[in-house]
Amino acid sequence: MREYSILIGGRAGEGIRLAGLMIAKLFNQLGYRIFVYEDYPSLIKGGHNFSIIRASPKKILAHQEKVDILIALNQETIEQHYWRIKKEGLIIFDSNSVKAKGIGIPLKEITERHKLPQIAKNTAAFGAFASILGINFSLVKKVIKNSIEKRGAENIELAKEAYQQVKKIGQFLKLSALRKSPSPLLTGNEAIALGAIKAGLKLYIAYPMTPATTILHYLAKNQENFNLLTIQPENEIAAIGLAQGASYAGIKNMIGTSGGGFALMVEHLSLAGQAEIPTVVVLSQRPGPATGLPTYTAQSDLFFALFAGHGEFPKIVLAPGDPEEAFYLSGQALNLAWKFQVPVIILSDKHLSESTFSTEINERKIIEEDFKRWKKNGEYKRYAMTADGVSPLTFPGDKKAIIKSNSYTHDEYGITTEEIEFVNKAKEKRLKKLKTIENYLKKKETIKIYGNKKSKTALITWGSTKGVVKEVGENLNLKIIQPLYLSPLPVWELKKHLKGVKKIISVEVNTTGQLSRLLKCYGFQSDKMILKSDGRPFTLDELEEKIKKIIL
Amino acid sequence: MKKNLKTYAQNTWCPGCGNFGIELAFKEAINELITEEKIKKENIVIVTGIGCHAKIADYLNLNSFYSLHGRVLAPATGIKIANPNLSVIGFAGDGDAYGEGLDHLIFAAKRNINLTMIVHNNRVFALTTGQFTPTSPYGFAGKSTPQGSEEEPFNPLELMLASGATFIARGFSGNPSHLKEIIKEAILHQGFSFIDVLQPCVSFYDTYDFYRQRVYDLKKEGHNYSSWQLALEKIKEWNYLNGEKEKIPIGIFYKIKKNTFEENIFKKINTPRTSPPNLKEILKKHL
Repeated sequence: MREYSILIGGRAGEGIRLAGLMIAKLFNQLGYRIFVYEDYPSLIKGGHNFSIIRASPKKILAHQEKVDILIALNQETIEQHYWRIKKEGLIIFDSNSVKAKGIGIPLKEITERHKLPQIAKNTAAFGAFASILGINFSLVKKVIKNSIEKRGAENIELAKEAYQQVKKIGQFLKLSALRKSPSPLLTGNEAIALGAIKAGLKLYIAYPMTPATTILHYLAKNQENFNLLTIQPENEIAAIGLAQGASYAGIKNMIGTSGGGFALMVEHLSLAGQAEIPTVVVLSQRPGPATGLPTYTAQSDLFFALFAGHGEFPKIVLAPGDPEEAFYLSGQALNLAWKFQVPVIILSDKHLSESTFSTEINERKIIEEDFKRWKKNGEYKRYAMTADGVSPLTFPGDKKAIIKSNSYTHDEYGITTEEIEFVNKAKEKRLKKLKTIENYLKKKETIKIYGNKKSKTALITWGSTKGVVKEVGENLNLKIIQPLYLSPLPVWELKKHLKGVKKIISVEVNTTGQLSRLLKCYGFQSDKMILKSDGRPFTLDELEEKIKKIIL
Repeated sequence: MKKNLKTYAQNTWCPGCGNFGIELAFKEAINELITEEKIKKENIVIVTGIGCHAKIADYLNLNSFYSLHGRVLAPATGIKIANPNLSVIGFAGDGDAYGEGLDHLIFAAKRNINLTMIVHNNRVFALTTGQFTPTSPYGFAGKSTPQGSEEEPFNPLELMLASGATFIARGFSGNPSHLKEIIKEAILHQGFSFIDVLQPCVSFYDTYDFYRQRVYDLKKEGHNYSSWQLALEKIKEWNYLNGEKEKIPIGIFYKIKKNTFEENIFKKINTPRTSPPNLKEILKKHL
């Protein structure tokens, strides 16, 4: 069984993303496993957008540089991507606007004839593509129906004409269906949203910022169905402030942003540390500094997340690498934030947040866990000293309690104090929680190991880069190590899995090797760093070449 | 029976501080509202910023969220959305509300979220020992502007009127019984209630005599607070400049009925179910 890579490209506003998704759904319906990489600049009309759809009989999490089929809606797609076409590859193009060798279909003309706006050219291209692969039109119809809400029937007619025009030219390929049922196609952001919902999310608050925005879009669109509320406040400072108010009042919530917005949230992150407020932040990274490359990817905010917030306080930082982990860790983030009353950061990036993957979500892996509640005995103390450092919670409206949350150093009741005795007690309480969290996590999955577990060479990586590292590492028979938790760092697991490893190669999408430097603080020294920081994720071809240079 | 709203925290406001008048007025207002069965004590949440005013969180035996400088209305809004049954009252200083956190103030008014914001406006940064604020008069000689501040103050009431606040009032800490009545009305008002309280700072900006000579009660003048135009006229009567001969009106300038933010939100969304939605059904839509 072979796999396929398809690139579809055009100007922004030509519906490239949607066409790419329809291609993905088509393969999905035939039992293939999918990965879709999307590349687009920060603009609304013009520019150059493209999607690379990879479909394989086995589960995949990365894309290749080379493609089997290139679909060009404009000339630029040919010019920029011609080099990617494999020897026996095909080009499908809009013969009204593109000059190329291959299968030219007058997409513009057909679209005009069907009296549809030019954006619908993507549906025509989709029809032509399906025809080339010899796919039954009924499946094409099903995918369009499922993907296009407005003027669906007309779009189906349009696709049909393109489909038949190709048929007249000839049959090119015969794609065989696999004996597998389709699996849900999710972006990382959708998986993050779903994991949180499963863990009891009731309120999502966010100010728009790429690449976190689609969490807000997805949840806002499905508010009623998902049984939650979404709010877009005046800025990120308000977003986290609102969230902490909601936590104080007992409502589970989450907020999401990227580096620039996270920078604004940091003062409240510190408040979460002092006032012990459950706070869950999705930090979906993009390249900085400052506005940087808004629609591209990076793993350059690891240190920022680890060290965000003045003062010293416990904080949990999670880094999912694929949608299954995103689902699980996002749910876990909510549970942990309430269990330990600490800030939890879910580190994603554009590559995980916005790429589309075939998924196998095990929803039973996440349940809404209860937290330490006040048993209504005696007088309520918001910051009561306990053996594990975690004080029981109750919420305003409770007739028996006065609940005092405080950003100052405070006593057990939550009243401001500057006395040394209380200052020390408060400090000990925070340190105790740190230990409690570590002990709890020792019983949880905090690290992933793939590939040849006995290999003396280990690739170590985190977050979305896991996808490409896993596939390349497995092909080269190496060991792959991926910590899911970066704070607290699962040193206990790292020690175990790095025992006997002679060479450590770290792979990250940033300029300075932040994970590698973090590991060094704990005595784990990388021998080589493979880094990339041009906003684009590693492709399989590229990473394999780089690793081979080191190990061969 | 009068509720004792005191905690064991030692009061550290300067003797003669305007905060005492505000605290007294608020305690009286709360006690009366509880006695009149208009609010429940357990449903009251006070949110404070950072500054002298904010110590009220420590002094009052009520649910409290002692937040960050400038941010009062962010958690206050979150609390109200999370549980609309709560009576949320924000306390902020003028540095808090009009400087560091002005964005939140404007948006709270714009949304008409049903909560009350009481600004302790002493027109000086007091806890940081005396610098000018957004409502200090032009030429204010503080530690950061020894030659006098170069900025004219803005009129916070005018700003609130422009931002869509549905209850706009001014009080004077030197007249607690008058202030108490305003606070009661503000808490009972359905929508965003804003009260700017003129408050002398005995240590860094003592304005007792200045205010005493100028304040007068709008109510006694028969002011019609449902008119935007008349509200603006009254608001513009004094622009936070000093040394002028005009009078300073106190009382309710503006009060109208409008849908609140929570009403608008929960009209669209049903009260949350307790069980999470069916994930299998959701995932089917992603095939």
